[in-house]
Amino acid sequence: MNTALFDCKATIIMHGIMFLRKTNRVGCRVENIGFLSDTTQKFPVERGEFNKLNNGHKGFFRQLLGDYRVITDNHDLVKYNNDWFGYVKGCSQIVLKPKTTEEVSQILSFCNENRLAICLQGGNTDVVGASVPVFDEIVVSTELMNEIIDLDENSGVIICQAGCVLENIDKKLEGSGLMVPLDLGAKGSCHIGGNVATNAGGLRLLRYGNLHGNVLGLEVVKANGEVIDCLSTLKKDNTGFHLKHLFIGSEGTLGFITKVSLQCPPRARSINVAFLGLQNFDKVLKTFRKAKEDLCEILSAFEVIDSTSMEFAKETVGITSPIGDYPYYLLIETSGSNPEHDADKLYKFLDLVLVKHLALNGTLATEPAKVNAIWAIREKIPEGFKHSSVLCYDFSLPLSKYFDLVEDMRNHMGSLAKKVFGFGHLGDGNLHLQIEVNEMSKEVRDHVEPNVFERVKQMNGSISAEHGMGFLKANYLSFANPPSKVEMMRNLKSMLDPKGILNPYKVFPWTYS
Amino acid sequence: MARVLVGVKRVIDYAVKIRIKPDKKGVLTDGVKHSMNPFDEIAVEEAVRMKEKKIASEIIAVSCGPAQAQDVIRTALAMGVDKGIHVDIPAKEFETLQPLHVSKMLAKIAQDEKVDIVILGKQAIDDDCNQTAQMTAAVLDWPQATNASKIEKGDKDVTVTREIDGGLEVIKCKLPVVISADLRLNEPRYATLPNIMKAKKKPIKKVTPKDLGVDTAARIEIVSVEEPPVRKGGTIIPDVDTLVAKLKEGGFVP
Repeated sequence: MNTALFDCKATIIMHGIMFLRKTNRVGCRVENIGFLSDTTQKFPVERGEFNKLNNGHKGFFRQLLGDYRVITDNHDLVKYNNDWFGYVKGCSQIVLKPKTTEEVSQILSFCNENRLAICLQGGNTDVVGASVPVFDEIVVSTELMNEIIDLDENSGVIICQAGCVLENIDKKLEGSGLMVPLDLGAKGSCHIGGNVATNAGGLRLLRYGNLHGNVLGLEVVKANGEVIDCLSTLKKDNTGFHLKHLFIGSEGTLGFITKVSLQCPPRARSINVAFLGLQNFDKVLKTFRKAKEDLCEILSAFEVIDSTSMEFAKETVGITSPIGDYPYYLLIETSGSNPEHDADKLYKFLDLVLVKHLALNGTLATEPAKVNAIWAIREKIPEGFKHSSVLCYDFSLPLSKYFDLVEDMRNHMGSLAKKVFGFGHLGDGNLHLQIEVNEMSKEVRDHVEPNVFERVKQMNGSISAEHGMGFLKANYLSFANPPSKVEMMRNLKSMLDPKGILNPYKVFPWTYS
Repeated sequence: MARVLVGVKRVIDYAVKIRIKPDKKGVLTDGVKHSMNPFDEIAVEEAVRMKEKKIASEIIAVSCGPAQAQDVIRTALAMGVDKGIHVDIPAKEFETLQPLHVSKMLAKIAQDEKVDIVILGKQAIDDDCNQTAQMTAAVLDWPQATNASKIEKGDKDVTVTREIDGGLEVIKCKLPVVISADLRLNEPRYATLPNIMKAKKKPIKKVTPKDLGVDTAARIEIVSVEEPPVRKGGTIIPDVDTLVAKLKEGGFVP
């Protein structure tokens, strides 16, 4: 009898603990019933010790920005709470749209004092859950910070607000014979502030390098509202620490980027794109080496697509290969200033590639409309993700093992995956690995992660080449970095944002499971 | 099997922004990327498909224009055309060249080359005339089937489906015939690299309007070329919800 009683007690205590844990975890939800955060139902993340938005706070924001730039209507909040893939979903109840640095400064200072968490948002084109709130963070959108402030045609430097859409900056530069040094599939919606905050890579990195080289200066607002002016337009400026680099790729966890000064190269007058079909990956690598040697300074993009990616694109967005079916496809772009010179080089290169049987077939676009049409084949693949359930990964890998990972994961997934495929910026060693599944379940994700990351680590790769850690990869920060590096990141975070109000649950691990 | 003639015009690429010359007598063409008129590309594709189906025996592509017109002939050759004829027109003369001039030249070549079918784009995207096919048929006194979206060749005739206002019209024409290609006739192929390389060796014959007995003297004077008035950023939206969303997005209403 005694034993039975003991058992019973134990059970009660256990339930008690479980109950307590549950209420703790769903603490924020009880009051917000009806706006349950999807993300927190999918992931065991706990809300930080932040205050909840009240009418007093709302009043302050309305006074600062006016009624029109404070969004609280549930219907209007949807697009700010949901990410592009529809995979993560927050339950923020307010979106603020500042227009000036001063307004951002006042918002941050107020939130810092009142311990209100903030989610920084640009074009919301992120793919690792970084740009949407996890719980009820206040969304501060750069949507209306879209002014181009200055363009110096002589030095090729443009200064603009963080909310300028990448494509709009490029259009502005076109008139002066310049271009933005980065190009992404999302260029029509992504904001330059977000590009810088995530150190976005993209299609032109091979030629122009990453944003650490192209961003000349930044204006940043710290969590306490203090404005840091690093908005230099100089190419050379060794007067102390190069602080701007701290914020490039910080994913909004160290400060709010309000202005960017960007170095812009001359716009190419001659752009050609070759699209090739190849038999195996060995030939892809040989063609890459040949392209670097022969096309040299005019080579501006080298993208690879595997046959399964093309099948996926055909099924989801109706894109087909213009040259028939091959195991691998290459998209090679050249850009330069002299059409005859470029054409001459490219024809010689292509002739050789065909004669040496490196490529089996191909086509060439030298006219803008056709160049765009060929690029669309590569750029539209990710659009297919919206029409299916796809786990997306973004790795840097040594070229010799570039496609081994795709094959490894195909075997590992077996019947759990519909398709495992890869495409990416081969020129930069950046592979986008995709796993298409019937349903995005916890079981599937657990089967993939951390297994796939371990494989990448074994291959001496990086688990995030250009997408960043965001929310979805944040727990792997210590996995991907040595302890000393993580410790220094933590120190920097607590120095610049001691209350942790900027983009909580992003970059830094939210669970130690 | 039929002998087919296609017309290929070199026009400013449609992805390029058009700029007016400072003297307002035309548009800037120097250093501007050109390509084959998209409707002509459809005409070429149709001819090449005819050859692949063994309906056509030989395809000849003709382009009237300055030296660079050979570029679009090369493109046509890479797509599968057998030979090209370049009617050399000096750049200055080309500015006032009209469909009547071109149709007389095409008609003469069609007769010389003993072709059975002439396929032209329904219009060029630069001057948007939509006249050359009709005039060529008139000069030759052949039947015409314009705005074709489907072509089926019989023994001594062709059945052509035409896109007309509010529907489709199916007509039958006796050979020889002049056909103009509409957008939905087909989707042009990308020339493959081996074919692009081979096209470099295919023959292009150069002739002058004089050789064809056509006077290309200007029949018009260009008085002024103006840009269309700038539209003040209007957009059409599908419903009220979108309107409200857009207003809120722009921060115009609470």
